[in-house]
Amino acid sequence: MFRKIAISAVSAFALTAGAAFAAGEAETHDVDFSFEGPFGTFDEHQLQRGLQVFTEVCAGCHGLKYVPIRTLADEGGPNLPTDQVRAYAKNYSVIDKETGEEREAKDSDNFPANTGAGAPDLSLMAKARAGFHGPYGLGINQLFRGMGGPEHIVSILTGYTGEEKEEAGETFYENHAFPGGWIKMPPPLADDQVTYEDGHPATLHHMSEDVAAFLMWAAEPHMMARKQTGFVAVIFLVLLTSLLYLTNKRLWAGIKGKKHA
Amino acid sequence: MAGIPHDHYEPKSGFEKWLHARLPVVSLVYDTLMIPTPKNLNWMWIWGIVLAFCLALQIVTGIVLVMHYTPHVNMAFASVEHIMRDVNGGYMLRYLHANGASLFFFAVYVHIFRGLYYGSYKAPREVTWIVGMLIYLAMMATAFMGYVLPWGQMSFWGATVITGLFGAIPGVGPTIQQWLLGGPAVDNATLNRFFSLHYLLPFVIAALVAVHIWAFHTTGNNNPTGVDVRRGSKEEAAKDTVPFWPYYVIKDLFALALILAIFFAVVGFMPNYLGHPDNYTEANPLVTPAHIVPEWYFLPFYAILRAFTADVWVVQLVNFLSFGIIDAKFFGVLAMFGAIAVMALVPWLDTSSVRSGKYRPKFKAWFWLLAIDFVVLMWVGAMPTDGIYPYISLIAATYWFAYFLIILPLLGVLEKPLPMPATIEEDFKAHYPGAAE
Repeated sequence: MFRKIAISAVSAFALTAGAAFAAGEAETHDVDFSFEGPFGTFDEHQLQRGLQVFTEVCAGCHGLKYVPIRTLADEGGPNLPTDQVRAYAKNYSVIDKETGEEREAKDSDNFPANTGAGAPDLSLMAKARAGFHGPYGLGINQLFRGMGGPEHIVSILTGYTGEEKEEAGETFYENHAFPGGWIKMPPPLADDQVTYEDGHPATLHHMSEDVAAFLMWAAEPHMMARKQTGFVAVIFLVLLTSLLYLTNKRLWAGIKGKKHA
Repeated sequence: MAGIPHDHYEPKSGFEKWLHARLPVVSLVYDTLMIPTPKNLNWMWIWGIVLAFCLALQIVTGIVLVMHYTPHVNMAFASVEHIMRDVNGGYMLRYLHANGASLFFFAVYVHIFRGLYYGSYKAPREVTWIVGMLIYLAMMATAFMGYVLPWGQMSFWGATVITGLFGAIPGVGPTIQQWLLGGPAVDNATLNRFFSLHYLLPFVIAALVAVHIWAFHTTGNNNPTGVDVRRGSKEEAAKDTVPFWPYYVIKDLFALALILAIFFAVVGFMPNYLGHPDNYTEANPLVTPAHIVPEWYFLPFYAILRAFTADVWVVQLVNFLSFGIIDAKFFGVLAMFGAIAVMALVPWLDTSSVRSGKYRPKFKAWFWLLAIDFVVLMWVGAMPTDGIYPYISLIAATYWFAYFLIILPLLGVLEKPLPMPATIEEDFKAHYPGAAE
């Protein structure tokens, strides 16, 4: 079943890739993330660093409204201690659903939506951009290279050329990773913009990869549990398939006039 | 049940006799399971069981998803995220359901092309074929409406484009479109009725599946040779057949387990492979996506829809002859539904008296060209509508119609078929010389 899909997908890839390059569209560079491929897992330290970048930089303009703050304590995610998560929640204020008044956020709240600067919500950004995934992307196999969404985020964050232009009273910044080549977001990151507590070097590239990994987790928080389920299901099904193969062979041996297997 | 002679259920104990006199349900199950099945069926005959499994999987996962989903434009997208994040195992339910639709369509396409190659649509199985086509139509309607429910960008714009097809009908079109949508545009009313119908249609499909099975249990299965099972006596029939249980149940389960191993690998390791990233952005009526692309299983017919543009001479001729009533847009809609209609009418378009394509040398080449044509249409359906793509889709769409309307009717007259085995037993023994009598 797979081959047919794969063949049509591969041919679709090849042509879209050609078309995308011809039109001078967004460039996405591959990044070797720890969570890619069937065996890939999130690196909780990277997610924690990414959370720091998000909190200190991105959260100024972007929301993360579908992500409950408590999930920062989840295994298979940033895995922070619950007391730290409770303390972290106090960074934000939310509108209380019952009283309608603004109050300090609790860990049971979601990250607030943030639409003030007109910036898109980042909860699902790592899955909502093509990058190079699927039949519509640049042709790298999603099974082994991941979806391409986090790569798209890294490419945007590192894709600025330094050029700007004014149009209708707004400033646009040239960015090779953004479709059209000009983006409204000013370059958000520069080397050493944050200070990592674990002493990790905070270069533009490191910060971009860390925050992209964090946003992949935000978009797909149960990815590790899902892969585990996948493995368990595949292992049991392969076993079942083998047993049924032998049963079937033996069953039909009499009809086909072969010796019993 | 009429058909191939075989042993029927005999109630033995007192309770069995009591029940049998009142409701012969055990007899129904027994005769269904023990039906004599041609013993030479190959691996292309396993897709029916895969399809039955898919229907069950979609209904079971769907029923649980509904428990957590909210059909309202302001809450639908968020409720899907609630399923993905907060519901226990919700991410598996949703990915199984979404990828289950893809497996369902993959299996139905192989199943249909199996039928086209081995002439399973020919007398006396025309009703099985027609019911199968109705199932396929209901599947497409169900899948289309299901794709709208997460209320992402592709949901919204896909719904806008597809309901727009009905708006292309001359005169009454806009009224029908508004009636379907429940308003002037895709909105909450649309979401609610699609949700209702998405829940209803699978049960209609289940009923049609029962009729489909009833029909081919009446005629008996086709088989790779297309030669009928001998029905003179029970002994004669037994030489051509084996009972469905256990022989085909085990064979089908083996194939199903293998396919499910691959399916679970896709769901576990790359569940978004066949999806569109735009559907992870909430629907926004003010922002049109750069390319509106339907799900992969609709692409062949989407390509046919787009193939007949206003500069094609057939379209211009029809436009002229109909005093402009049939414009290019409506022509495209007619072509898309026509593509399925000609496939449904194939029992009466194929004039050959030979059932199986195995013994039709010229047919084989045209058939495989049709299979390639289908893949080409699927690919070109995802491509933009400029450059060389419109020409490719036009040629591919034309071949689709030519195969059913010209090639099949002519081949039956022009082609000299190859010699066929006299019986299924003879064919089986050619493969397995040591086969028992």
